[in-house]
Amino acid sequence: MFRRRGDRYVASFAVDEVRVLRKVASEVVGLLTDGFDHSDPVVCRLFPEVYPEDAAGTAEFRRYTEGDLKTAKIDQAGAILAALPGDGGGEVRLDAEAAEAWLRALNDARLAMGVRLEIKDGTDLGAELDDAVADDPSSSRVFQLSVYAYLGYLQESLLNALIE
Amino acid sequence: MGGMAAPQVAPVETPDTDEAPASDRPWVTIVWDDPVNLMTYVTWVFQKLFGYSRERAEQLMLDVHHKGKAVVSSGARERMEHDASQLHAYGLWATVDRS
Repeated sequence: MFRRRGDRYVASFAVDEVRVLRKVASEVVGLLTDGFDHSDPVVCRLFPEVYPEDAAGTAEFRRYTEGDLKTAKIDQAGAILAALPGDGGGEVRLDAEAAEAWLRALNDARLAMGVRLEIKDGTDLGAELDDAVADDPSSSRVFQLSVYAYLGYLQESLLNALIE
Repeated sequence: MGGMAAPQVAPVETPDTDEAPASDRPWVTIVWDDPVNLMTYVTWVFQKLFGYSRERAEQLMLDVHHKGKAVVSSGARERMEHDASQLHAYGLWATVDRS
């Protein structure tokens, strides 16, 4: 979890945390490059229809803004990949700009996972995880829910360090 | 007869609606509730993007959370589209509409 140290935001990551962060950031990049498809509900959530009742207006808006938005999102996911230690665990030290990029990128990753996991307004993550474990502790849903919860804690720790 | 004189001006044709023509009305940026974004994050984004005070940003975030949506800025259409695209960069679910 992140803490502020002077003008830096610092966290230590174990080897599996680094692996998970690299995986989710790479998945976001993949989604925004090769896999980019407006009919994918995740893409739809990351690039919302700005005029829900005006398809032509939305298309026009996208024509002018989508390229930049996509680049920004790829760059911020790249900020995670760039700052992670290589093989094995280690420390991450971010300046304010990189910290904000991480914050936005962690949010994108959580939005993407939230759509796939069908997280709803009243979803109780703990109960959801208990049910998934009861079903099959080795399932991918158990893993995904744990990662989703972990990213939430990590994002919150970074945000608290930034605003403290 | 007596009483008051009837006004000597012809009644003005009143339009069906008292709203200004659509093209003169300002536009608004709306942020919608979603189950993923952290409340503290949404507050922070409002402060960051719009320069709102902590109190105002928090109130807007609570409106989004409890009422399902809130108007976060209003003005010219181009300006609202700019705000919406900024909000999208932060992962907030924003749309633009006439006020």
